[in-house]
Amino acid sequence: MEVWIVKNLWLIPALPLLAAGLSAPLPQRFRKLSASLAIVSMIGAFLLSLCAFAHAMHLSHANDVMERLGRQSTGVREFFNFAWLQFAAGDAGILKLGWVLDPLTAVMLVMVTFVGTLIFIYSVGYMAHDQNFTRFFTFLSLFAAAMLGIIIANSLLLLFMCWELVGLASYLLIGFWYHKPSAAAAAKKAFITTRIGDVFFFLGIMWLYHETGTLLFYDNGAGCLEQSALAKMVTQTTCFGLAVSAAIGILIFIGAMGKSGQFPLHVWLPDAMEGPTPVSALIHAATMVAAGVFLVARVYPLMAVHIDGAAAETAALQVVTWIGAITAVFAASIAVAQNDIKRILAYSTVSQLGFMMMGLGTGGVAVGMFHLITHAFFKALLFLGAGSVIHGCHEEQDIRKMGGIRNYMPVTFLTYAVGMMALAGVPLFFSGFWSKDAILHAAHGWSVSHIPFYLGVAGALLTAFYMTRQMALVFWGQYRGHTSHETPQVKTPELVAIKSEYQPHESPRSMTVPLIILAVCAIGLGAIGTPAWPWFQEFLGSHHEEGFTRGVIQMMMISGLVVLVGGGLGIGLYGFVQRKRADEPDVLEKLPLGMHTWFAKKYGIDELYELTVIRFNAWAAKACAFLDEWVWGGAVALVSYVMLGLSWASRAFDEFVINLGFDQGCERVSKGGSLLSRLQGGRVQIYLRVIGVALVVLVLFLIWGGAK
Amino acid sequence: MTPLAGYLLLSAFLFAIGLAGALTRRNAIIVLIGIELMLNAANLNFIAFWRYGANPEALTGIMFVIFAIAVAAAEAAVGLALIIAIYRHYKTTNVDEMNSLKG
Repeated sequence: MEVWIVKNLWLIPALPLLAAGLSAPLPQRFRKLSASLAIVSMIGAFLLSLCAFAHAMHLSHANDVMERLGRQSTGVREFFNFAWLQFAAGDAGILKLGWVLDPLTAVMLVMVTFVGTLIFIYSVGYMAHDQNFTRFFTFLSLFAAAMLGIIIANSLLLLFMCWELVGLASYLLIGFWYHKPSAAAAAKKAFITTRIGDVFFFLGIMWLYHETGTLLFYDNGAGCLEQSALAKMVTQTTCFGLAVSAAIGILIFIGAMGKSGQFPLHVWLPDAMEGPTPVSALIHAATMVAAGVFLVARVYPLMAVHIDGAAAETAALQVVTWIGAITAVFAASIAVAQNDIKRILAYSTVSQLGFMMMGLGTGGVAVGMFHLITHAFFKALLFLGAGSVIHGCHEEQDIRKMGGIRNYMPVTFLTYAVGMMALAGVPLFFSGFWSKDAILHAAHGWSVSHIPFYLGVAGALLTAFYMTRQMALVFWGQYRGHTSHETPQVKTPELVAIKSEYQPHESPRSMTVPLIILAVCAIGLGAIGTPAWPWFQEFLGSHHEEGFTRGVIQMMMISGLVVLVGGGLGIGLYGFVQRKRADEPDVLEKLPLGMHTWFAKKYGIDELYELTVIRFNAWAAKACAFLDEWVWGGAVALVSYVMLGLSWASRAFDEFVINLGFDQGCERVSKGGSLLSRLQGGRVQIYLRVIGVALVVLVLFLIWGGAK
Repeated sequence: MTPLAGYLLLSAFLFAIGLAGALTRRNAIIVLIGIELMLNAANLNFIAFWRYGANPEALTGIMFVIFAIAVAAAEAAVGLALIIAIYRHYKTTNVDEMNSLKG
């Protein structure tokens, strides 16, 4: 049974890709055309994704019905594979690519295209003053296309290609304002850091291919995520008693760590804030960082497979959980001491990604993906809101120089508040509460250790705290921007005019409307995954029908309490006493704990890398440069000098031996010729005279010499 | 002195006169006359060697000479015609000025 949408799933990434291709050669004055191409393509992709989603729902429903009737289940997954290239003879030499439609794909498709569309629309307003408008939309479309490619891929190879395309597009977008050195450096950092993860990812891919002979996820029982291949891999062990499947899973997870900014490869993500804010929203909410989590969810069968009777928590899932938990609390604590509005959000993203990984590791695909989806909406909302604030405050990003913005930008304030509460996990009404609660619940039930649960609780507490701090500093109090420094003595009309010009202003409609839509989603999306109606979890295939059991309600109380404590601390420290001036020290700095410096310095991870990896790298590069310059370069120079000498000798030989010889020979010949030509003077009598003399000589010779 | 030697001496003398004329005079017609003289000296040699040679009955010598004279007459006619053509072109019969016969 071939369904149109399954066979033509490729259209979804192809549409933005086409838009990118079409707007790439457009001159800069075709701003409207370029933007509308990108937006229309995204809307088209969104509509197709809805089709795909509907079909996935249908499949899932049909499967449920069959299971209920006790028949053979029809499966929740359809795929379409095709031979891409043949690199060796026979069936084994055919490399197949393909795409797959399952609940995971469907959910991600809808999320990415929907959030992507809103971000595209928002970008029209945000980038309105930028010169390279068309270039921006080209890259944006490319980015979206690559991300959609990752989602639909049914082959690890196709996924890896799109994965690298995402890396490229993120490099282009983070470094979009490449004339700023910091942006160029951040782009490089993002590219190289994720590349480190990708090396391991690629190793994992090759190992997987070596073990299973295929890179297709699902191929009627022959795919690498299907029973036979998994059963083969789980029985073999490699070093440290690790099952091959777990080892491959860990390698792939390192790739996901790079993309999803997990500790210790998180360093690029905060720096990536140098890009335009819509890019930050796209990278940190909907696409790039989600790609890592999505990857883990996609290869979850590989990570989770275990021999019957062995512990269900495989080594790979344990690694995922621990890394996620550490990242969650680690990044949240750094976010506490940041002053850049986007940087706080960036560390918050890192922290939330940690939560997602933790959810994947402890609770399975549904738990992690639920947080990914809700987070995509409210984090996009927060980033776009932050962009709106930055836009309104004349490109100011330092929250110490903001304050009281709620009076100037009511729409932004309200939507941002919704996003903040969703991120902090304010109970019952906000999506973030439900998804984070599910993760904490899963972590609590984890049999290996309870420490990830406590780390998660600490992370949740810190999240509520730093988000409250940010809200208080940005939206409450008095505006501490340009006007607060130079309070004019005399209020002339000109100064008043300047002042009002410097005051923050609300953003245009194209920016606020996406904010409102996202805010609605940030509230409403939680409903699809509450313990009362766990539609999302069931859709993604994990059947746990608990409802509001005692444990669940207990967990809800705990996480609600945690949020209240965190938020209360934030309000207590920052809400009542507002800082008067921008350069005042932070409240936490005044506390005699000494932690604040550590947080503000991001635990010195960047410096540590500077001292170790980068220094080693620089040293290695210098050594290579030395080798290049003196050893290889010397050899090359030597050869070239030898050649030069040879050619000089050859030239000298040519010039002084061959040429000279020829010249002289020619001169002789021509002199001889001119001598001989005198014989033929044209005067007949001289000819005759010669003949006469010759005759006389002949006669004399005959007489005395020759006549014998 | 045998008659043959006398004829040969005469012939040599005649040849020398012809050669001298051909070499020294500048007028093309005189040069032509000198050449005719040398030719006739050669003819005289043929006759002398035939008349006092081993087989005077056969008319070989006289035949040769008659042919030579015929050829010489034709040659003289051609030579004179050339001289007239050259004269028309160069307005001179001085052989020193006719030096274009070269490569």
